[in-house]
Amino acid sequence: MTLASDTALDAPSAASGTPARRRRRSAGGLPGSRVGYVYVLPFFLVFAAFSVYPWLDTAWVSLHDVRLSTYHHQTWIGLANYRDLFTNPYFWNAFRNTFTIGVISTIPQLVMALGIAHLLNYRLRGRTFFRVAILMPYATSLAAATVIFLELFDTRLGLVNWALHLVHLPTVDWQGSKWPAQVAVSTIITWRWTGYNALIYLAGMQAIDPSLYDAAAVDGASRWRQFVHITIPGLRPTILFTIVVSTIGAAQIFGEPLLYHNGKADGGTQGQYQTLGLLMYQQGWVNDRLGLASATAWTMFVIILLAVVANLLFARWRTVRELR
Amino acid sequence: MTVAETGQPRVRVKPPRDTGQHDAGWVTYLVISLVTLGSVFPLYYTIVMASHTNAEMSSANPPWVPSTSLFSNIKAALAIAPLNKGLLNSLVVSSVVTLGTVALCTLAGFAFAKLRFRGSNLLLAICIGTMMVPMQMGVIPLYMLMARLGLAGHLSAVILPTLVTAFGVFFMRQYISSAVPDELIEAAYIDGAGPFRVFWSVVVPAVRPAMAVLAMLTFLMSWNDFFWPIIVLSSQNPTVQVSFQSLATGYAPQQSIIMAGTIYGTVPVLVVFALLGRQIVGGIMQGAVKG
Repeated sequence: MTLASDTALDAPSAASGTPARRRRRSAGGLPGSRVGYVYVLPFFLVFAAFSVYPWLDTAWVSLHDVRLSTYHHQTWIGLANYRDLFTNPYFWNAFRNTFTIGVISTIPQLVMALGIAHLLNYRLRGRTFFRVAILMPYATSLAAATVIFLELFDTRLGLVNWALHLVHLPTVDWQGSKWPAQVAVSTIITWRWTGYNALIYLAGMQAIDPSLYDAAAVDGASRWRQFVHITIPGLRPTILFTIVVSTIGAAQIFGEPLLYHNGKADGGTQGQYQTLGLLMYQQGWVNDRLGLASATAWTMFVIILLAVVANLLFARWRTVRELR
Repeated sequence: MTVAETGQPRVRVKPPRDTGQHDAGWVTYLVISLVTLGSVFPLYYTIVMASHTNAEMSSANPPWVPSTSLFSNIKAALAIAPLNKGLLNSLVVSSVVTLGTVALCTLAGFAFAKLRFRGSNLLLAICIGTMMVPMQMGVIPLYMLMARLGLAGHLSAVILPTLVTAFGVFFMRQYISSAVPDELIEAAYIDGAGPFRVFWSVVVPAVRPAMAVLAMLTFLMSWNDFFWPIIVLSSQNPTVQVSFQSLATGYAPQQSIIMAGTIYGTVPVLVVFALLGRQIVGGIMQGAVKG
């Protein structure tokens, strides 16, 4: 979860003798330690057996017609699963929902986290208490949080509708209708992750050189201008990092919509909050179409890759534009 | 011999400024208090719902303070869902995963940080790259693999794939790079220690704080994991997260009973979190700007 990872990756391992004053961290250590391979072996063994092999096999399965019961009798059908997928309205529905739920849950979450981090950066009494309290949702599991919010958003008995009724607003069908249900599902995600991201931003803010603020204050820059011109640029790598991580997370949303419909994998009565992750589960474990589910999994991976690359390109483009 | 005694460590980790520029005004306190309320209120209200009867909860004026029906509701919840078995299973899974992850990731992190071997940078890059791949990518063959090994439905099917994580390797590598000066390692080496002896007697004592942070984060992640357990475990032998599903899907689900079960399954980890919250906050913030 670090940002300063590049230092390691672009530092060539200095295998040249022993210079008296090494400048680079990574040049130290024990020379010629073949035993290093042994120490990293457990990770790569687990990784090979439980990640690489399944990923490749998923690609293989996605080109076949496969059932759970007859897993060893796979019928080669080429790209038919992908064709089925891309011509299937359920796929496009899940694709759109994943995108909208992703946007509704990520953007407000990160904006709020930034604001909260800014406030937590002031000199506060009871600092630790506030930090632990806003991290409480992160410690609450996805399953528990979804069950809790399902009750709060209950259309008949939920607290949310009771409050709406209290202030004479029309109550909302938080399960059956499309956008309210997506907002409710997104609320669960936002509730769980805002505090966590606020702490990540806070750590980034505390790493900004304080003399920059002092200089800006001397020049008469207001608090707001300091925030816009020092804090935000200083946080840029952190912000990019949280956006990338949130994008990867949002593309895989699965548990919240599953439990929001009491464990049914259809994503609501009309599939109004069906996501790609949930669709894949439904195809594989409810409809017994493992080939199709595998095709969905690979498609999700490509979507994630494209989304991450788009994020990185956008960040670079911003940087280049500002340098002009 | 501590890190502090060894001349100048190459990397001076600056302690983060723990105070902002200015004292907080009352507006800041107000907003932060509201945010805190929003974070904690759903959990508080869960206790309220869990400690009333269903009839009390569905009255026109819902109650705001806990009442006395909590234990009867929990009893009813335990009759519906195997929560005790779930808690026990979760404890076993999370403990084993945490022990394995901390031990194996510290070892691998040490190799990446301090040992020179051909291709180590490439291997590290591969390791970091894997963090981008979604769990969904491999879940079908993984399920089949576990079924073929006869492990489907067993806790080991949940434990094995997360026994050592890319995040953990990377986290420990970053910490060991900056917290253990090379002079210390060289000194031990000149004294005739082998790599493992260096690891055990020099590195491990120096990185205990990071191991503790990794342990806490791993335990929490493992405890709260949902996707893979729900696929590979049956509702008869669940982790606590999987057993929550039996609550909501039971016959004629009742709000109070569902909430009582949720509280029962969540309180252990929240209590631990409240006790260690400070360290976990520190760990997350440290992990964000290491190196």
